[in-house]
Amino acid sequence: MRTWIALAVIAALVALLPLSGSNYFLRLATTVCMYAVLAQSWNFIGGLAGYPSFATAAFFGLGAYTSALMLAQGAPLLLSWGCAGLVATVFAAMIGGAILHLRGHYFAIASLIVAEMLRELINGMPDITGGGKGMNLPILPISVTAEAQFFFYSMLALAVVSAATAIVVHRNKLGFGLRCIQQNEDAANILGVNAYAYKTAAFSLSAVFVGVAGAIYASWVKYIEPPDVFDVLLAVKPMVMVLLGGLGTIFGPALGAVILLAFEELVWRNFLTVHAAALGIIIVALILFLPNGILSTLRTWFSRKEPAT
Amino acid sequence: MNALLTLDNVSRAFGGLNAVDGVSFAVDRGEIIGLIGPNGAGKTTLINIITGVHPATSGRVHFEDSEITRARPYQIARLGLARTFQIVQPFPRMTVVDNVAAGALFCGHAGSVREAQAIAREHLAFTGLGDVADRPAASLTLARRKRLELAKGLAMRPRLLMLDEVNAGLNQAEVDDALAIIRKIAEQGVTIIVIEHLMKVVVSISHRLLVLHHGQLIAQGAPRDVLNDPRVIEAYLGAKYAAKRGASH
Repeated sequence: MRTWIALAVIAALVALLPLSGSNYFLRLATTVCMYAVLAQSWNFIGGLAGYPSFATAAFFGLGAYTSALMLAQGAPLLLSWGCAGLVATVFAAMIGGAILHLRGHYFAIASLIVAEMLRELINGMPDITGGGKGMNLPILPISVTAEAQFFFYSMLALAVVSAATAIVVHRNKLGFGLRCIQQNEDAANILGVNAYAYKTAAFSLSAVFVGVAGAIYASWVKYIEPPDVFDVLLAVKPMVMVLLGGLGTIFGPALGAVILLAFEELVWRNFLTVHAAALGIIIVALILFLPNGILSTLRTWFSRKEPAT
Repeated sequence: MNALLTLDNVSRAFGGLNAVDGVSFAVDRGEIIGLIGPNGAGKTTLINIITGVHPATSGRVHFEDSEITRARPYQIARLGLARTFQIVQPFPRMTVVDNVAAGALFCGHAGSVREAQAIAREHLAFTGLGDVADRPAASLTLARRKRLELAKGLAMRPRLLMLDEVNAGLNQAEVDDALAIIRKIAEQGVTIIVIEHLMKVVVSISHRLLVLHHGQLIAQGAPRDVLNDPRVIEAYLGAKYAAKRGASH
């Protein structure tokens, strides 16, 4: 119950942001919400099940292109977003069936290939997808401010839905089984966990919201091209965010998204030329000093400060 | 009435090595079977065949009327075949109670995580782990980890429980405790196969012994008879000793 209240309060506070009236701020907040979705999604497969997936970028790009292609045919906006999520999920279930028997590094490499494969596929179909020239998306017939708010609230809603899904999954049989798989997959099998089905479910969960996020992103920026929506950073950043916030936790991914993007914004503004190096240093420092993420580090720190009983 | 578990000419090869070679036997309901044999005889491989971890390369395994030779480990587990591991396999960073709850949740027909945890606590009380229920499994001593394996197996509501060296590495007092628990489990009607090196333990607990040597079943029967079987003595102590002992009889 406390988790639900926390989610509601955070969502309500974030929803007040447009009152600030700054479009720069709103744009940044939309990006944060988008990455919160990506990080939360990765947490299902990477955090709960312990499978280091790099397929996030693939689902994102697939969602973006699904929506763009449907909009080009004149489909309604929300329908195209929903279908983007559906296509990403079905794709994840199929790919998952092929690569989820691999473990550790082998799985990571296989999942990394998925985005590259899709990128080449879309590059190779210029008649339908525009190939390397990319695709333009229709402009919404509303004012600039209304549009900025519309996309902000859409991303926020998606972030809340993905967090709510995480809360449900963490507490039910699926989340329990995934934690067992993460700790010891062979023992989980022997205890009756259908590991294959559970991993496929986690992989699909890691795709559905990412597919929708890709679709919203495409409508938001109005122009997509393969290197943009299949960017490997779309797979790497969510991982760093989850590690930063707390692996396998509910609010860790969103917290990680806020911190990393805020930091990135500061570094990018102040150290334009060394921005990539600065990010690299953060990641190394993170692994060295906060291996369990901020949330669990804070938790241990506070429980240590409590008087011994 | 059919046997509970039937193995029919079962073999398992790893490359050119026949770890288990043409083994056939049946286990009846309510029996306690002792599975013995020198190191490398194929005892654990046999358990791995039955539980689907390393399916048989030839032969058939039946549990009651269903063939489970090629079934997946989780399917076999859900039929009511539970096992413990010689090298303990806990979920290290989960609490002891959650380790056991997993068995109840995925095999023992618990409806929810909370219900599974409640059932797990009963099994922990039964196996004497109640006081460490909320500690991470990794923090337990070896004796208690072995006990945890047992509790996990019990939470699966097994009909056949296979215990792979649950007493190895324990001191005498710990072995006695474990034996008392195993006897209590058997009294509840669970059929048990025990793999064990401690001969005294096997003899005191088993109704029947099966002896494996180089992957083959070389003897089976009542414990006293089996231990006096020259082939068994030869397998354990060598041909010379067996011959000397045979001559002195």
